[in-house]
Amino acid sequence: MIEIRDLTKVYRTGEIDVHALRGVSLSVARGEFLSVVGPSGSGKSTLFNILGGLTPPTSGTVHIDGRDLLKMTDAERTDLRKKTVGFVFQKYNLLPTLTAEDNIAIARDIAGNKAEPDPQFQEILTLLGIRERMHHKPRALSGGEQQRVAIARSIVNHPAILLADEPTGNLDTENSTAVLGILRDLNNRLNQTILMITHNPEAAAYGHRTVHMRDGRIVE
Amino acid sequence: MMLTLVGLSHGITDDMALRNRGTGADVMVRPPSSNLLSLGGVGMSEKYVALVREQPHVALATGTLVQSVAGLFNSIAGIHLDEFNALSGGFHYLHGGPFQNPHELIVDSTEARSDHLHVGSIVKLGKDWRVTGIVEGGKLSHMFGDIKLLQDEYSQTAKVNFIWVRVDNPANIPSVVAELKDKLPDFNIYTMEEMTSLLAPDNIPLIKGFTDVVIGIAVIVGFLVVFLSMYTAVLERTREIGVLKALGASPSYVLGILIRETVLLAIAGSIVGIVMSYGSQVLLTNFAPSFLTMEIVKLWWPIAMGIALAGSLVGALYPGFKAARQDAIEALSYD
Repeated sequence: MIEIRDLTKVYRTGEIDVHALRGVSLSVARGEFLSVVGPSGSGKSTLFNILGGLTPPTSGTVHIDGRDLLKMTDAERTDLRKKTVGFVFQKYNLLPTLTAEDNIAIARDIAGNKAEPDPQFQEILTLLGIRERMHHKPRALSGGEQQRVAIARSIVNHPAILLADEPTGNLDTENSTAVLGILRDLNNRLNQTILMITHNPEAAAYGHRTVHMRDGRIVE
Repeated sequence: MMLTLVGLSHGITDDMALRNRGTGADVMVRPPSSNLLSLGGVGMSEKYVALVREQPHVALATGTLVQSVAGLFNSIAGIHLDEFNALSGGFHYLHGGPFQNPHELIVDSTEARSDHLHVGSIVKLGKDWRVTGIVEGGKLSHMFGDIKLLQDEYSQTAKVNFIWVRVDNPANIPSVVAELKDKLPDFNIYTMEEMTSLLAPDNIPLIKGFTDVVIGIAVIVGFLVVFLSMYTAVLERTREIGVLKALGASPSYVLGILIRETVLLAIAGSIVGIVMSYGSQVLLTNFAPSFLTMEIVKLWWPIAMGIALAGSLVGALYPGFKAARQDAIEALSYD
């Protein structure tokens, strides 16, 4: 599903080159739930940003479903975010002026899906426990509910990969457990490939496998 | 602002044209070096009235001395009451009656409403003039007094600045005009149709220039307001734009959202402007001087909307492109 070889990313900050990734190699199989653990500045988020097509790599190869990210144009990376990758963020990142339903609808609109979501998606809303909360705006939802809406939004276009960047970072224990359970359920039921960044070893344990990053490298 | 000023320019000129037509004349004669818009100005000897009367097919002719008062567009007309009545069909008195003594005048209902006048009120025009009658409007001026007195008051003894001519048959108007132009070569002679078309705002350089300047200012103000509000909106929504980009929104999708918002704002602003122009009309009718007549010029609604749209879209372009080019990672980390 994902093949990463010798991936590097160098940011230029003023006169200084910052080496965010220093030769990362990683394989993720279809349907795998992978946890990525590491301290701040270890390169986890940069890796996610590259996999999500938000920024191009500096060197190395990244293949997602056989497509080489390094050779992609900006438009092709935009297309990747539209159809292949879904994001879940620590801060939920719902659009505050839209209802939960519209937050999900806009993701479908961006992807060019004009039809109503399929019945399976209605089941997922039930699974997420937010079906009755779809007409509320984010400010009327709890943190846990907002994150569930964000998860629903991230999978509404059936992406091949779900990238979750510290999805429980802003949640209490109860909601964290619920969200992690939902991610594992999605992985089990839909065979959804999930990569999750976390600081929390307990959260990481929900994945099939955990990789540790430090100083831009995978250390174990 | 644009619709109000356009409405004012049309209202004032149309009102002038209407009141000139209300005299019942077919032809208007003005002295040399005068122009259509000037209400007072140079006079001509009353003997020309007699000369005009002598021309073939002239059924009636009377001279008036119109003096501007209280600004550019308001005036008092000195008239020979009997002659003016014969020409115009006579005043319809709502209250009181005609002036009979020195320093008496009649006013029309617009002037009475505007200045809160009633029969017996005193109007200060250099000296105190007493209102003896309130008449229906639409005839030459808003205030009327005896011409002899006005000639003396304004040092225009035996002078008039308009001669109004009724022709015996409308078919003879061209020949009467030709005859008058022949006899009075330096004078300005207009048929009422010519006068009406010449009193259009586009034919009056002062009003056209003023309107053009106001439109220019409106475009610049519209551009700046939309530019600043959109620029602020883009800054405030940096994170939201980042979210849209993370969801796969292309630059054109983000730009499209802002353009649609701008178009909606411009249309809503235009509708509010149209409603406000009605409000301006009500305010001007009730609280402004009588010469400030405002019309609702519906022809200008699409023009004003077009100008608002153009100014807004130009104003939204830079913020729109800034949003479209926004880096998704930076935008997502924006607080």
